[in-house]
Amino acid sequence: MTGVKVEITVNGRTTTDEVEPRLLLAHYLRENVGLKATNIGCDTTSCGACTVLLDGESVKSCTVLAVQADQLAVTTMEGLAGESGDSLDHPVTAAFRAEHGLQCGFCTPGMVMAVTGLIAENPDLDERAVREGLEGNLCRCTGYHNIVRAALVAAGKDPDAEQEIEALSDDARTAPGFSVGSGS
Amino acid sequence: MSIMGTRVVRVEDPVFLTRGATYTDDLTDERLSGALHLTLVRSPIAHATITSIDVEAAREAPGVVAVLTGADIDLPAPLLFGGAPKQMVRPWLATERVRFVGEPVAAVLTEERYQGPDAAELVDVDYEPLPAVVDVREALKDENLLFPDAGTNTCSVYNKEDPDPDFFADCEVVVTREIINQRVAAASLETRAASAVWGDDGRCTLFVSNQNAQGARDEVAGWLGVDASQIHVILPDVGGGFGAKIGADPEFALVAWLARHTGRPVRWSESRSENMTGMVQGRDQRQTITIGGSRDGRVKAYRLDVIADAGAYPRLGVFLPVFTRMMAPGTYDIEKVDSRATVVVTNTTSTAAYRGAGRPEATSAIERAMDLFAAEIGMDPAEVRKINVVAPEKFPFTTKGGVEYDSGEYAKAIDLALEASDYATLREVQKARRERGDAKQIGIGVSSYVEITGGGAFVENASVEVHADGTALVWTGTSPHGQGHATAWAMLASEQLGIPVEKITVRHGDTDHVPEGGGTMGSRSLQTGGVAVHQASLELIDLAKQRAAEILEASVEDLEVDTTNAAIVVRGAPGSPTVTFAQLAEREELKVKTVWDGKKATFPFGSHVAVVEVDTETGKVTVERIWAVDDAGPVLNPLLCEGQRHGGIAQGIAQAMLEEVVFDPDGQPLTATFADYGFPSAAELPSFDLVTMETPTPINPLGFKGIGEAGTIGSAPAVQSAVVDALAHLGIRHIDMPTTPLRVWEAIQDAVKEDG
Repeated sequence: MTGVKVEITVNGRTTTDEVEPRLLLAHYLRENVGLKATNIGCDTTSCGACTVLLDGESVKSCTVLAVQADQLAVTTMEGLAGESGDSLDHPVTAAFRAEHGLQCGFCTPGMVMAVTGLIAENPDLDERAVREGLEGNLCRCTGYHNIVRAALVAAGKDPDAEQEIEALSDDARTAPGFSVGSGS
Repeated sequence: MSIMGTRVVRVEDPVFLTRGATYTDDLTDERLSGALHLTLVRSPIAHATITSIDVEAAREAPGVVAVLTGADIDLPAPLLFGGAPKQMVRPWLATERVRFVGEPVAAVLTEERYQGPDAAELVDVDYEPLPAVVDVREALKDENLLFPDAGTNTCSVYNKEDPDPDFFADCEVVVTREIINQRVAAASLETRAASAVWGDDGRCTLFVSNQNAQGARDEVAGWLGVDASQIHVILPDVGGGFGAKIGADPEFALVAWLARHTGRPVRWSESRSENMTGMVQGRDQRQTITIGGSRDGRVKAYRLDVIADAGAYPRLGVFLPVFTRMMAPGTYDIEKVDSRATVVVTNTTSTAAYRGAGRPEATSAIERAMDLFAAEIGMDPAEVRKINVVAPEKFPFTTKGGVEYDSGEYAKAIDLALEASDYATLREVQKARRERGDAKQIGIGVSSYVEITGGGAFVENASVEVHADGTALVWTGTSPHGQGHATAWAMLASEQLGIPVEKITVRHGDTDHVPEGGGTMGSRSLQTGGVAVHQASLELIDLAKQRAAEILEASVEDLEVDTTNAAIVVRGAPGSPTVTFAQLAEREELKVKTVWDGKKATFPFGSHVAVVEVDTETGKVTVERIWAVDDAGPVLNPLLCEGQRHGGIAQGIAQAMLEEVVFDPDGQPLTATFADYGFPSAAELPSFDLVTMETPTPINPLGFKGIGEAGTIGSAPAVQSAVVDALAHLGIRHIDMPTTPLRVWEAIQDAVKEDG
């Protein structure tokens, strides 16, 4: 198969490679660049484990071809860890740890990037906005309770107060019956 | 100050939140360099004879190193569950007959990952379809047999005695109903994966995603016909298991066999759609519940008849009705309890453990029965429960199932849940909505549950070693996959030794380092592996005291641990010489390995109250609130404990209202992707209200019971009950799980029709 040359900035670093046109961005990141935090959990763009930022916007990297990311900038969870690669100073990762927003860790890199994207889009989040904003990211371990808290903390909110407001709210919960993989 | 009961944040997280965990498919281990990628060709038909398999075109595809069929594999087909009829073996790769959609038929090995599916598409298999057996009652008829040689589709019968026709003779009121505890998928976010490489020493290093390295080693060795010492199983980080990663999958042994056959490392990582047909699934019991008692609310007799679906090839699912029968009476003190179960094979994916594994099925059945009984006599369902639960003074209590409940205060748990939810007010809100005739009605469900944790595997080992630099290393035979043992076990050692948590490393899941171990399943870890770490720490202190006695010139009896300095000191002699664990380790290896045997299971319990809103025009259910009392004894780390409860509650709610693995009448799976399967997102769930209650068990010195599955067991019946309760005024008494909009809407239409 003929290769196509791509140049993709990943976490601030320029990467180039010759890739098959069908190569998924998720595989490019994992195999070609060697960044393994980004996981792949489904075949249908439903689970969001592969969520990364593409020029600042959260996308599911299993549904983006590497060639589509040519000349664009990708941020993965590794990109939040600072120069040292082990910093937990980023407000989102710090909140995930403080609120126990992860268990097995598989959804975590995608969830962290989805939350990062969500806060960038809407800094004034409440619990319902977080829950609906994360509708495209599945977690099997946490029941989302602490992920939602982590997102609220990262957005500068008091999670106890927000949960209280949501619990007492009569507002319609507009979510669909289950995830239909509508994308981030 | 004691670290016990404090909210220590996880030591696992810094890596998980920066470079990410290392799952099997992430491994860059140099032993795996140059590995071949395995792609399995899987049957698209549920039941068929294979008339031909043509692999020639696939062999010519780019990057293909080998394409193999069952004819190439020189291993006997394994029986995956020892108690099943011996003819019900699963071929490594099917050659004559396929029995479920997703059954492996051919193995394709390629140099690169993307080449595998390309080549697999070129494998040409001709199938002659056979009638598929999907329904368990059809299976029972034995008209179409999956294994003609076995002569039956039944793989196990528990309790062959005929039911006593006079069992309910002295009951004023008897209610009976068939209900379904539907099949669900474990759906761990990480699918199954394995990598194998054989060394020059003739040993296989096998990396797998699993809940028990030692069990996987023994099974794989047995299937390959080699000694267990020839297989070195290593578990990298595991992306969730929920019971479905207990025991080895035959694919693991196939990967090892292929690595030996080709002389190259082999990697395998399945896709989600393979996972949704290939990985074991949970539940799937058709239950007939019959409950009898008097109009004053006292239940006198309860019978549970189960037909369970093992799927195509019997696995652990064959055993789980044993747990269901053991826990049949739940939290209730019922004079007469009777149960039986029959397990059959069908042309579907095999069943095995899923969070709760046999106990949620028991709880849902008895809780539905209690609701039906309450409705029949016109009594509040919470009240009926309180009348019938085992009284606190009766513990330890031996049930009619022959099980000894260790400790419990079941009525108190119900009261706590009712109080937290302000049950009386909820009933008033419900009454007002009914009187107004609102389209959106609310329902309130109350569950009472007890379950078994650490059932069957009471023994666990641990080693604790302190190093000269003041750090410590703990090895455990348990096997976390999200639970946070690295933090919790470090807390247990730290509590005794005074070494800070961040200086204690907890390791697991390597059969060369820990040859024995029961892994993590059945909510067993804290009460077995955790207690073993506690015991090992105490034994390490004894050893340290013996050595310190000489150095400090004091008798052992006069020595104690100074946890502030991680040192041995002379009691009541401030300023006298001391020696730290690190200093002792500098002189001589300071290490203890111990085995803890709890000898018995423990029985956590609790009560949940769920409030749902049901749109009577559309059938849509929304869970508004859930209050959960989950009593598993003293809590080591509330952060971790709450996390387990949250996840469990979510999975129970999901079973009650969303999830179901569906096969059409031909055995075609209709829920083979996450776009089709009702996996809940954050948007479908509320936050959870947790209520604290801690009743210790006498079974171990720390009073710990298990918490991993409790939430699931308590929440599913509470939510199901709430949905039915929302529609009780229409005369509706039961709706099967999952209470999807369609099913709820149909129930409403039927009720309205009957009424009109």
